[in-house]
Amino acid sequence: MELDSELPTCIQAKFKSETGEEIGSPLDLPLNITKDQLTLICNALLQEEEKPFLFFVNDTEITSNLKESLDIEKLNSEEVIEIIYQEQAVFRVRPVTRCTSSIPGHAEAVISTCFSPSGNNLASGSGDTTVRFWDINTQTPLHVCKGHNNWVLCISWSPDGTKLASACKQGRIILWDPVSGNQVGKTMIGHKQWITSLAWEPYLSNPDSLKLASSSKDGDVRIWDTVTGHTILSLTGHSKAVTCVKWGGTGLIYTASQDRTIKVWRAEDGILCRTLEGHAHWVNTMALSTDYILRTGPFHPILDRNSPSHDKKILQQRALKRYQETCKNETERLVSGSDDFTLFLWLPEKEKRPLARMTGHQQLINDVKFSPDSRIIASASFDKSVKLWEAATGKFLTTLRGHVQAVYMVAWSADSRLLLSSSADSTLKVWNMKTKKLELDLPGHADEVFAVDWSPDGAYVASGGKDKVLKLWQH
Amino acid sequence: MPQNEYIERHQKLYGRRLDYEERKRKREAREPHKRAEKAQKLRGIKAKIYNKERRNEKIQMKKKIKAHEEKNVRQNTEKVGEGALPVYLLDRDVQNRAKVLSNMIKQKRKEKAGKWDVPIPKVRAQADAEVFKVLKSGKSKRKAWKRMVTKVTFVGENFTRKPPKFERFIRPMALRFKKAHVTHPELKATFCLPIIGVKKNPNSQMYTSLGVITKGTVIEVNISELGLVTQAGKVVWGKYAQVTNNPENDGVINAILLV
Repeated sequence: MELDSELPTCIQAKFKSETGEEIGSPLDLPLNITKDQLTLICNALLQEEEKPFLFFVNDTEITSNLKESLDIEKLNSEEVIEIIYQEQAVFRVRPVTRCTSSIPGHAEAVISTCFSPSGNNLASGSGDTTVRFWDINTQTPLHVCKGHNNWVLCISWSPDGTKLASACKQGRIILWDPVSGNQVGKTMIGHKQWITSLAWEPYLSNPDSLKLASSSKDGDVRIWDTVTGHTILSLTGHSKAVTCVKWGGTGLIYTASQDRTIKVWRAEDGILCRTLEGHAHWVNTMALSTDYILRTGPFHPILDRNSPSHDKKILQQRALKRYQETCKNETERLVSGSDDFTLFLWLPEKEKRPLARMTGHQQLINDVKFSPDSRIIASASFDKSVKLWEAATGKFLTTLRGHVQAVYMVAWSADSRLLLSSSADSTLKVWNMKTKKLELDLPGHADEVFAVDWSPDGAYVASGGKDKVLKLWQH
Repeated sequence: MPQNEYIERHQKLYGRRLDYEERKRKREAREPHKRAEKAQKLRGIKAKIYNKERRNEKIQMKKKIKAHEEKNVRQNTEKVGEGALPVYLLDRDVQNRAKVLSNMIKQKRKEKAGKWDVPIPKVRAQADAEVFKVLKSGKSKRKAWKRMVTKVTFVGENFTRKPPKFERFIRPMALRFKKAHVTHPELKATFCLPIIGVKKNPNSQMYTSLGVITKGTVIEVNISELGLVTQAGKVVWGKYAQVTNNPENDGVINAILLV
């Protein structure tokens, strides 16, 4: 009995990274060592300077000191315990708390908003057939771009940030110049029905942003040469509407469709690599673990702020380096959300079989996003909840409840510490990833919020909805 | 009567005169001049007939040109629908939900003033004699202090009767209502919703407190089923509606939601 009551003061421990690499030899650590002290040790071992870390012991996070996270009953002082460390973003994004401006202008519902890769420009597409550019600094309208003849359904910035592609319900794609607000090149005509999603060739594979992939309701995916405005390739194979297209960093194109499959294509020649089957109903949405890296490319607004460069070679190298850092010893992961209320986690580059099947939602899943550090998956569903999943294994983490109607979209802050969700109940909600609780409620919209985007530098949030105004939120 | 298509046959065999096109063009070019000359020369009834014919011809011509122009335009512009939806809602039959109802502050202010812009602004005054029926009581039926409500009433869940000796107003079970058919004016749809309470009976304060529902009465209904939300993202559950029919005659309560 005496042994039980007397706790050892020291314990042997070793540090291990998420991917399983051990650093240093096992150390003797006092049981009451705090998180800050652990961080210091870890920084010294890694020879880094003041990087923040999260520490886990047996899947429980160390919040104050080591003793509280350990299961004292089962503790074996002879064993070496493994402390898993997770690197956190060096910068910190402050939660948006207030609406700094609500800019009217659109004559119909705002369907899509998007910040440019560097976070300096903002564009929105609307049901009034226009694309509008907004000046973030003065929070005023910049350009009104007329050219479409029907609702502008999706917009997408080119990875170098010099062009914006917009697609309308008629199936036409137009490129715009954000500086002058004029149309660039010819209108790309070819799709027979509306366009559901756009994806540019990432910066790391081509720094000139020439190719654009678009998916359409008519079941086709087309790859366009944006200079000539012609279709280079037409990827046909889906038997129903294609809902989502993603262009991966290794030259693969992923398409999700209502025919319940996800297809993987080689972008160069349009050859079908594999078909991922598993879903029992429409696949609505997809996300890549590298989405954030591919989106910001070499223009990361925080990390690349001090080293601007105009040489495309250097920039491409930088984008490639960051991509490789993100998926260190594995390939990119893909998560798909479906009408059958489940999510699937895939390794689309390697195998056809899913890594994990994530169940729990009670309604269809409308949006899914990887956190920028690709550790957590957030899924928004029509069952009014947002669920969080571990990105590596697909393990369920928690449910975020608070919305009173369907959740439409989610957006991550750049440091992965905050999550934003937009809903049909006309509010935005900010969730804290540390406490896994509601951080802030942002009412203000008069009607459903259709589109939301957190700028890559984390300073602004833009949201638009059925009430026709575009709102900008700030700390 | 010509026999067979001999002109066409000849043309096919031997072709046309070499200057056919030229002559045709000239003849056509001369046509307006000839017409003008004719119009100037004609007199009397012939001129009248000719001008009328020519006028009708011109009207037809103009109509045709206009129709062609419209057809060309229509090819270019597809009609832009209202109520734009994002891609992820296009394939789903989303029910047409009305705009978020006017905000709460406005409603509160109206409530304070006790005024609403109601669909039925004026109601027929209803005398006490019409609403209440005198019940005689006592052993020899000499007392007449008891009243029975002859109109439809709403009685709350937690209502318990007083002992008969103290019960001045009787609200018959048969005339008690719990639900109303409420029409949303923007959605143009009707829902059967539970009544929460009687907000105001314009006839008298006493009717309000008794829960008497007549035409023009403002009632509060539970609309949480409709899924309307406030600007702060909370579900709206109580909302006022005005009764539009005479429930005591019809046996149902029809009401229109006050937005």
